[in-house]
Amino acid sequence: MIDSSALYRKRKRTNQLALVMSMLAMGIGMGFLAWILIVLLYKGVGALSLSLFTLPTPAPGSEGGLSNAILGSAMMVGSATFIATPIGILAGVYLSEYGRKGWLAPATRFINDILLSAPSIVIGVFIYTVYVAQVQHFSGWAGSLALTLIAIPVVVRTTENMLNLVPASLREAAAALGAPRWKVVLHVVLRAAKAGVLTGILLALARVSGETAPLLFTALNNQFTSLDLNGPMANLPVVIFQFAMSPYENWNSLAWGGAVIITFGVLCLNIVVRTLFRKKI
Amino acid sequence: MRAQRFQDALFHQTTRFFAFSVLAILAAILGSLLYGAWPAIKEFGFGFPFSAEWNPVTDKFGGLISVYGTLSTSVIALVVAIPVSFGIAVFLTELCPPVLRSPLGVAVELLAAVPSIIYGMWGLFVFAPLFADYVQPALSATLGNVPFVGALFQGPKNGIGVLSAGLILAVMVIPFIASVMRDVFEVVPGILKESAYGLGATTWEVVWNVVLPYTRVGVIGGVMLGLGRALGETMAVTFVIGNAHRISPSLYEAGNSIASTLANEFAEAASDLHVASLIALGLILFFVTFVVLALSKLLLMRLGRMEGEKT
Repeated sequence: MIDSSALYRKRKRTNQLALVMSMLAMGIGMGFLAWILIVLLYKGVGALSLSLFTLPTPAPGSEGGLSNAILGSAMMVGSATFIATPIGILAGVYLSEYGRKGWLAPATRFINDILLSAPSIVIGVFIYTVYVAQVQHFSGWAGSLALTLIAIPVVVRTTENMLNLVPASLREAAAALGAPRWKVVLHVVLRAAKAGVLTGILLALARVSGETAPLLFTALNNQFTSLDLNGPMANLPVVIFQFAMSPYENWNSLAWGGAVIITFGVLCLNIVVRTLFRKKI
Repeated sequence: MRAQRFQDALFHQTTRFFAFSVLAILAAILGSLLYGAWPAIKEFGFGFPFSAEWNPVTDKFGGLISVYGTLSTSVIALVVAIPVSFGIAVFLTELCPPVLRSPLGVAVELLAAVPSIIYGMWGLFVFAPLFADYVQPALSATLGNVPFVGALFQGPKNGIGVLSAGLILAVMVIPFIASVMRDVFEVVPGILKESAYGLGATTWEVVWNVVLPYTRVGVIGGVMLGLGRALGETMAVTFVIGNAHRISPSLYEAGNSIASTLANEFAEAASDLHVASLIALGLILFFVTFVVLALSKLLLMRLGRMEGEKT
């Protein structure tokens, strides 16, 4: 009897220890998130001002903001999302509506999930070899193409998931009314899954906005305000990278300001998307 | 009627074309990397990944230093991240009050949404100084005296280097591993867990002896996914690894990973052979992550099929 109660106590102790460790792990995870956000607020909010959005990147030691970088980022991210959306949605439609038989759908699904986690810097190298090296100059289009390739898998994945949630009876009802397949898909299925598909696009937008690595040697950077996607273009992530690594104090402070803008933009998008569509992703 | 049939076929083929284009992207990436790396492959042969020489002046290149940096930082990241992710997944599936489950789950996923450049800045300006002042001396004084592994924890205590890069990678991959683990833990049939509880098992015993064996394949899949992420992570590593082209026995020394070498040198590479060698590094990185991620996906699919058979 004494033995078994000793065993019982031991099991109970092990259990408590394990559960405390598990709570600790959760605490560590949350602690790091809180730590990063607090550091960002502490270092970055002081740098936030109206001139951050209105003035272009300055020379070391003089007044300036990030307006050209914000503009460049918006143009590249915007065009990348714009190109990736139709491609991603149509590929997602194929996977969910026509993907029951054949080899193409499973293969695409498999490769798409790999591309979803593929190193983004390699995408940059790819665009460099097929585009930048051929036309012999860095350009905003190259950056935007690299971002497109990163956005496509995100849109494909969410579109397929969301279309799969649309009940088959809806498709059958439309088909029974004599609607051809493409009308069923475009006017019934996609419309029913509209909110979900939009989620995928927003997630892709959030993912792409913070990407730095693929822009380093595609869009490069630009000191000046430029609307020309055909030339080197300033963009927030690369400017943050250069300014953070520089020895100049005003550049460092601008880097933290830019970091706050990007992080809170991306996190807000994620929170909105994930709380609204929690169940479905 | 005929017009409709034509439109249907057209729509089918259009969507098919775009699905195919996803495959084409992969083929194009592989093909162009091979093409771009070809001069380096021809010059240095298959010894390229195993040569430690990297000298833009004499045009001699080898990938060993970068490959070593990538592997060592990823291994450190996994060693730290696996137990923490496991703890988080256990907490979220077994301990957490149901009200908090969803917000905490989202919070963990937010850790994955923070852009990697932010991790880099935080790592270099906030984490590294604290790490140098408090953690590195403590590690040197304790683990540094253990035979064999001691040398790993001796060296300059300035907070940057391979160990710091690995630890920051760990924070970055925790959310990926933890959310896969949570998802696979949730597929364990309630009846299995309840049977074990009915026999008097403690929560820990249920997790260790019922949940974990049932989901082993999926858990390994999650770890592989984390590894795939860690191998290719660029900006955070570039900030803190120190960017020095050497291999040293100490984890405190600066090093270079494949991704950080690419980030630092690609835009400024002067000779064609330098560019080709960098592309060859990219090819190695892409190939390795592809294999790791493919394995991860296969393992997770196997768990999915297993579940499909049961229900």
